[in-house]
Amino acid sequence: MSERIPAAGNAGAEPQLPVRSKKKSNLFFKKLVRNKLALAGLVIITLMIVTALFAPLIATHPPEKMDAANALAAPGTNGHLLGTDNYGRDLFSRIVYGTQISIVVGLLSVGFGAVAGTLLGLVAGYYGGKLDGVIMRIMDGLFAFPFILLAITLMTALGNGLTNVIIAIGVASIPGFARLVRGQVLSVKEEEFVEVARSIGSPNVRIIFTNILPNCMAPIIVYGTMSIAGAILSEAALSFLGLGVQPPTPTWGNILKDGKDFLVLSPHMAMFSGLAILLTVVGFNIFGDGLRDSLDPKMKI
Amino acid sequence: MENQEPLLQVEDLAVSFTSSSGTVKAVNGVSFTLHHGETIGIVGESGSGKSVTATSILRLLPPRTSSIDGGRIVFEGENLVALPPGRMRRIRGNDISMIFQDPMTSLNPVFTIGNQLVEAIRLHQQVTKKEAVKRAVEMLRLVGIPEPERRIRQYPHEFSGGMRQRAMIAIALSCHPKLLIADEPTTALDVTVQAQILRLMKELQNKLKMAIILITHDLGVVWENCDKVIVMYAGSVVETTSVNKLYVNPLHPYTWGLLDSQVQAAGDKQAKLTPIPGTPPDLRNEIAGCPFAERCGYAKEVCFEEKPELTEVEAQHHVACHFQTAASRLERNEVLI
Amino acid sequence: MIPTLLVVATIVFIINRIIPGDPAAVMLGPQASVQDVADMRERLGLDKPVFYQYIDYILNLLKGDFGTSIYYKESVLTLILDRFPNTILLSSAALFIAVMIGIPAGMIAATKQNSLLDYVVMLGALIGVSMPVFWLGLMLVLQFSVNLGWFPATGIGSLDNGFGNVFKHLILPAVTLSTIPMATFARITRSSMLEVVSQDYIKTARAKGVREFFVICKHALKNALTPILTVMGMQVSLMLGGSVLTETIFSWPGMGRLIIDAIDKRDFMVVQGAVLFVAVIFVVTNLVIDILYKAVNPRINYASGKEEGSS
Ligand SMILES: Nc1ncnc2c1ncn2[C@@H]1O[C@H](COP(=O)(O)OP(=O)(O)OP(=O)(O)O)[C@@H](O)[C@H]1O
Ligand SMILES: [Mg+2]
Repeated sequence: MSERIPAAGNAGAEPQLPVRSKKKSNLFFKKLVRNKLALAGLVIITLMIVTALFAPLIATHPPEKMDAANALAAPGTNGHLLGTDNYGRDLFSRIVYGTQISIVVGLLSVGFGAVAGTLLGLVAGYYGGKLDGVIMRIMDGLFAFPFILLAITLMTALGNGLTNVIIAIGVASIPGFARLVRGQVLSVKEEEFVEVARSIGSPNVRIIFTNILPNCMAPIIVYGTMSIAGAILSEAALSFLGLGVQPPTPTWGNILKDGKDFLVLSPHMAMFSGLAILLTVVGFNIFGDGLRDSLDPKMKI
Repeated sequence: MENQEPLLQVEDLAVSFTSSSGTVKAVNGVSFTLHHGETIGIVGESGSGKSVTATSILRLLPPRTSSIDGGRIVFEGENLVALPPGRMRRIRGNDISMIFQDPMTSLNPVFTIGNQLVEAIRLHQQVTKKEAVKRAVEMLRLVGIPEPERRIRQYPHEFSGGMRQRAMIAIALSCHPKLLIADEPTTALDVTVQAQILRLMKELQNKLKMAIILITHDLGVVWENCDKVIVMYAGSVVETTSVNKLYVNPLHPYTWGLLDSQVQAAGDKQAKLTPIPGTPPDLRNEIAGCPFAERCGYAKEVCFEEKPELTEVEAQHHVACHFQTAASRLERNEVLI
Repeated sequence: MIPTLLVVATIVFIINRIIPGDPAAVMLGPQASVQDVADMRERLGLDKPVFYQYIDYILNLLKGDFGTSIYYKESVLTLILDRFPNTILLSSAALFIAVMIGIPAGMIAATKQNSLLDYVVMLGALIGVSMPVFWLGLMLVLQFSVNLGWFPATGIGSLDNGFGNVFKHLILPAVTLSTIPMATFARITRSSMLEVVSQDYIKTARAKGVREFFVICKHALKNALTPILTVMGMQVSLMLGGSVLTETIFSWPGMGRLIIDAIDKRDFMVVQGAVLFVAVIFVVTNLVIDILYKAVNPRINYASGKEEGSS
């Protein structure tokens, strides 16, 4: 990524440009594929997304259907692949449906945090001065709260529910993106092509979005991928504490919370829901690692 | 000197590196002899195996990717190649020291100069901390660092490039080694500082009676500082003799190329150098003939088929070239300027 | 530092204002009369304009007044200071475990790069950083308390029964809480060491005849510490957050537990006070880490906090 190609504008003047960048992206994918761990991460992520999308087809039972007679069944009994929970609900199906919440919260909250944080970071880094000072002071303040604690506090203020979980985790992710992007902007800002754009009188907004932002994308994508892992963990933690999406909606955290009460009697409830969380988080983390190594191994994230 | 037991004898040294992209034969059969107090220069283009040769003497090559495939390195009668690690460690910094090219990076940034100097002293000498500090101050004074008592408490980043190299020399010489290996000790420095550092090394050599292996790109440095010289190309020695002989009568076409690429630069800074055309061969591939044949203006068919042996073509003057033998000579072409 | 603390307090104040419902009403319970609630609002200063409330809030904080618990009817600061030592005990034990295992593991992985050992350590670290600690805690309880009976599952024990009793209670929560920082230390130490060991000054150390052990543990490690310290600053924050979950699982009577209990009881004064307190702790810890930076890296210019561009 050391080579920074000014986007749009003069692309037409240099016909060889698209060819070169295509070669570069080929190299990037080659590296990504050669990195076996990253590939494993991609497989896990794909699996999760497919599971979330086709949950109704994959699940063997309706996730909220209770069956008192079959409560706390062990894995494998009566067609319950992973057994049942304390209400006799099929654990496998609940975990399959739980994927939906995890993926939705992971993607949307990080999307929200990334957009807001990136905008703030761009503005702070590009304009500098007082504005930078004010924005970054606020970010420092937000950063002083442990991530999960900030999310918890926001949840107490906002109240339960899926949207609020997304907002809470999203807001908590803002300062990380803002800091990252600001740091990038500060280094990109000094590059020649930005000087050139400025000297020909391009408006600031245009410079920010056509010259600076594209050069910040690589770290944003890597950090974003890893943030999704964090967001999924946080969502599970909030549900586990009873502050997230409320039962009977199946979320991995809710299942784990129920599993906690039946830890001795039916450890499978806690075991499988936790494994689902762990597997997904590992998937996003190794994919993030792989992305970083393929994009720029020296990237400091 | 000549009949005395040599300090260091390198015989047919071969070193290779293994990586996922193949095996690099970085050094193929290098031999030379060094006596007490002598200075030998190793010259050659980048990648010719100078550093690898030097680092193998101290056995500091990366242990997992490199291997010494053959040859002996006999130092004071002991073959270093076969020495157990503990014994080797006691030689490093004590009998044989090394200084590196870039003084900016060869000192540890998080320890004071004094700390690094005292460490070197106490590694090999049974002295108290106080005594070691005293010696450290003396060493710094010896290498010409003003106010050594104050400087000793400073960190490397508080030193200029030339001062750092002086400090490096102080560390290297703190145990009075019999052999100093200097791997391009002045390449990273300003021209004026270069001269100072070389003068210092020479001065200390006389004072401490040590031998020096001086690696350089610069033949000018060789003329002024060395007794003998080895010209290396692609991991092999192509020519070796005394400095005087080489100066008066260089024989290998590669040496001619090196001279042509440097001589005019010294005389007239404006004049264009005549670099040797082409690039060194890829050491991952087996080279059948003379490694220089591809780039040699005098090469004939035989040069691509048969590797020339290093032979003594004149008294004390060894050359590896099919056409520079005791019997026949090449006519050296004039360089067009 | 001071501006950050002010921002932190302001953020808590703002969150406090978004909370639906009237604190006075919550405090007095459903039976209270309208008049009682109005009186209480006045006592709490809730009838003043928001700006005055904010000023009052900040001034009170400066006086060390974090408010009064709605449920316990006690000073929030007292409640916090009661629990705080327990959280410190848990966090420092966890940090100790993380440092003592994570850093050496990373060093070993780096010195044996690409060996089987390296792969094992890195795989372990990868799983570690992805670990839902609340789940790990439950699994540890299941295995070591329920199945093996080695350690108690909950509580902090009592010093009256000897330090060993507290120690036994401490093991499982501390191990749980240490997982993520341990794995993070292992990863950052490995990458940082790999960068350092290829530097020239490491070759210099070897050329001096320094023992390999000291080359790694003295010359390389001290250089590798700067990024490790940076990460440590972030891990303190993560651990303070993680302690909320860990303390909940193990019924450890610390700040995290206090916060979650207070949420259950809708005792928002305590929640905000405790969250604010944690943020202050974080800011102070990072101040300490900044000072440590200076100790490990002489190139850090203390005034600007930046590394001088000398080498
Ligand atoms: N650690 C290593 N791993 C793999 N190959 C190496 C290593 N060190 C050196 N080589 C290879 O060995 C060959 C000789 O390298 P060496 O460093 O000795 O050259 P040099 O003559 O010192 O060059 P320079 O003048 O640039 O210092 C090169 O082809 C180089 O690529
Ligand atoms: Mg070299």
